[in-house]
Amino acid sequence: MVSLLCCGPKMAACGLVLSAWGVIMLVLLGIFFNVHSAVLIEDVPFTEEDFKDGPEKIYHLYEQVSYNCFIAAGLYALLGGFSLCQGRLHRRKEYLVR
Amino acid sequence: LNPNISAFQRRFVGEVRRCEEMEKTFTFLQQELRDAGRVLAPCRDKPEAPLAREALRIQEQSEQLAQELREVSRNRASLRGRLRDLRQYLHVLREGQHFTSLPAPLGSPPRSRALSERDPLLDPSLHQHLDRKINFVAGVVHPWRVSAFERLLWRACRGYLVASFVEMPEPMEDPATGESITWVIFLISYWGEQIGQKIRKISDCFHCRVYPYPESEASRVETMNGLQTQIQDLSVVLEETEEYLAQVLDKVVLALPTWRVQVQKMKAIYLVLNQCSFDVTEKCLIAEVWCPVRDLTQVQEALRQGSYKSGSSVECFVQRIPTSESPPTLIRTNKFTAGFQSIVDAYGVASYQEVNPAPYAIITFPFIFAIMFGDVGHGLLMFLFALWMVLYENSPSLKQASNEIWLTFFEGRYLILLMGAFSIYTGFIYNECFSKATVIFPSAWSVAAMANHSSWSSAYLATHPSLTLDPNVTGVFQGPYPFGIDPIWSLATNHLNFLNSFKMKMSVVLGIVHMGFGVLLGIFNHVHFNQWHRLVLELLPEMIFLLALFGYLVFLIFYKWIKFSVADSLVAPSILIHFIDMFLFTSSADNLPLYQGQVPVQMVLVVLALASVPVLLLGTPLYLWCRRRAPRTNHPTSVATGEQEPLLEGQEAGNSVNATKEDVESGRHSADTEHLDMAEILMHQAIHTIEYCLGCVSNTASYLRLWALSLAHAQLSEVLWTMVMRNGFVRLRYVGGVLLVPVFAAFAVLTVAILLVMEGLSAFLHALRLHWVEFQNKFYVGAGYKLCPFTFTPDAWD
Repeated sequence: MVSLLCCGPKMAACGLVLSAWGVIMLVLLGIFFNVHSAVLIEDVPFTEEDFKDGPEKIYHLYEQVSYNCFIAAGLYALLGGFSLCQGRLHRRKEYLVR
Repeated sequence: LNPNISAFQRRFVGEVRRCEEMEKTFTFLQQELRDAGRVLAPCRDKPEAPLAREALRIQEQSEQLAQELREVSRNRASLRGRLRDLRQYLHVLREGQHFTSLPAPLGSPPRSRALSERDPLLDPSLHQHLDRKINFVAGVVHPWRVSAFERLLWRACRGYLVASFVEMPEPMEDPATGESITWVIFLISYWGEQIGQKIRKISDCFHCRVYPYPESEASRVETMNGLQTQIQDLSVVLEETEEYLAQVLDKVVLALPTWRVQVQKMKAIYLVLNQCSFDVTEKCLIAEVWCPVRDLTQVQEALRQGSYKSGSSVECFVQRIPTSESPPTLIRTNKFTAGFQSIVDAYGVASYQEVNPAPYAIITFPFIFAIMFGDVGHGLLMFLFALWMVLYENSPSLKQASNEIWLTFFEGRYLILLMGAFSIYTGFIYNECFSKATVIFPSAWSVAAMANHSSWSSAYLATHPSLTLDPNVTGVFQGPYPFGIDPIWSLATNHLNFLNSFKMKMSVVLGIVHMGFGVLLGIFNHVHFNQWHRLVLELLPEMIFLLALFGYLVFLIFYKWIKFSVADSLVAPSILIHFIDMFLFTSSADNLPLYQGQVPVQMVLVVLALASVPVLLLGTPLYLWCRRRAPRTNHPTSVATGEQEPLLEGQEAGNSVNATKEDVESGRHSADTEHLDMAEILMHQAIHTIEYCLGCVSNTASYLRLWALSLAHAQLSEVLWTMVMRNGFVRLRYVGGVLLVPVFAAFAVLTVAILLVMEGLSAFLHALRLHWVEFQNKFYVGAGYKLCPFTFTPDAWD
């Protein structure tokens, strides 16, 4: 059976930490983009045209970015799960070899 | 106790030497193990230091093992050598067969200098006609010497020989250098006795190994068979030897770690015992030790147990003796305070019974760090990292890591924990979380009110890229933000203008408060050492100087913040110009006074400050001089500072006769040098005055680094966000989410590397410097030495 282990124990730990941080931070960012927070206005990718005819277009852009953030958070959750599995496999390998 | 006796005359020198010999044997054993590729495991259990007969047993056993190892290695080496010789002989015979038995075709290939198989020079048909007796010399030669060898043979024997060279099919070890070389076999056929001798001499010169080459075919075959059997036997014997060697090494691996620890403990004990001296009857050991007063009963208890365990008839006891040496400093810490104490000790160990700044540093150090680091996100990351280290501090994998940098971080885990916690707090005050403001409370500035008031038209908006919110207009500014800085500032273009003024004043205020606190800590020192004159003649002028000038500056800052509002912002006075005018006793016309009667008040303060300088300079020296002049007549009866006691005290049971004599001698010395101290005291005081007064100014400016570093951190954080993270927010619908993943990963890695590690270390260093220099030079002397009790610490082992 092909070994499922592809990264070392330290890589797995780093991946887990990064994924946890990514999930939390991206979910929060997504929420803040969703409520049209004014502080994040600079990060919304608007152009000059979006400022005509009221704020609807800007709000739409806000929501788009927030969905992107949620998608990224989901991907990081997958990555975290993968790192967790790798970590578990490593620990099991340590017990077996000894 | 016996510094006069040289190392060789001490009592236990024999035992120490024995320990060192044993350690040499151990090193030899370890070397052998390493050569064989074994790893020595560190000693797990804690063996006690062995008694004398056990030590003898260890010595015997270790020497026996070393002897065995040496013998076995020697045998193995000789067996290997023999095997090699036999193999070479076999190859020589085999290859030689090619030349002498097989007829070679005519027209031998051209002779080349390379090591290739060649046919005999002479035509074999011709060969058979010659009826002389042909002799052979066969052997192996180093490949580098082949051409020289050949040339010399040709020239010396003038063609009366046939030499053929061929490479050995497998490489073999060179006995001298140990590296693997492909030898070249040569076979020389010659006729004539003298040529034979010449050839033999030449081959000797070239360090070739010559083997006897049997003439006839049959004897050759016989020799070869004999060689084969010999080689086989030898291989078997070699195998057995290797097995035996492995067994001996196993034994060593088992026993060596424990022995090492035991012998090291023994050696340490003997080294300490060597420092004791003997009393007159040569039956007891006397030692002078430093011991904390609180632990005296414990020491007596331990001594009692020791004498009971060893079963001696006489009990050991301890007695206090007076001394004029300054004692070492012992500060008891637990795992939480140890980190803070170590950063204070790194500057200088506290002098005996001096006030210890470490308890205050527990709060001030993380706070000053946090001022330079303030960011909620980064502080949270730091806090969580330290929390992980603290919660898992008992796990063995964390404690026994060998990486030094990791160990440094681990030792300071409580430090980092507090630093992170305080950084979260200052992050909320600066309102920064990964360089974004958090809107916990609604912002106090209203753009709508300003827009309504000014009736900005579209044309106006199009031509003016930046608009001002004037707080004088009603409704625009609704009062200060409840906690921290208003989040609207993160959207303003003059964000830095506002923050700079705020942070600069904050740094100055904090600096003066910190320094004033340092001066106040000096009170503890003066009171404890009963130097009341220093309290009045030094502390008071110092405080007056500091408060009159810089305390007044702090007052001006707060007064202006409170008294002046937006209404008179156009005519608000500048504190800086007022401060400069205060020193120069001038006034500027267009700078309004802050309050009535400002000018006379400032004049009084400056005069007061200037007056305190000569008091600081001359007060203590004059006082000490007066005090010394008065009791100079009663000098002989009271000896110096009352810590000496005459010889009669310590006379019991041969108790440190040497020590008290020396003590009294050193006491007499100090009395003679008193009249020289006046100049020294004056100079010391002058230096102290200049250092203090100039230091007040420069150190206050030095605290501006709090502003500089916090600005740098904020800007770095913002740059990282705009240049890295912002690229992840694109217009694409769902692909944007996938793009955001690597962008966030890059942002995270750079945050940790640049902002946490680099900025964290930088802020740590600057906070440390502020503590060591600006804070501690107001009161700390730090000239003591640490109490180093005798312990078996595991980090003494390599």
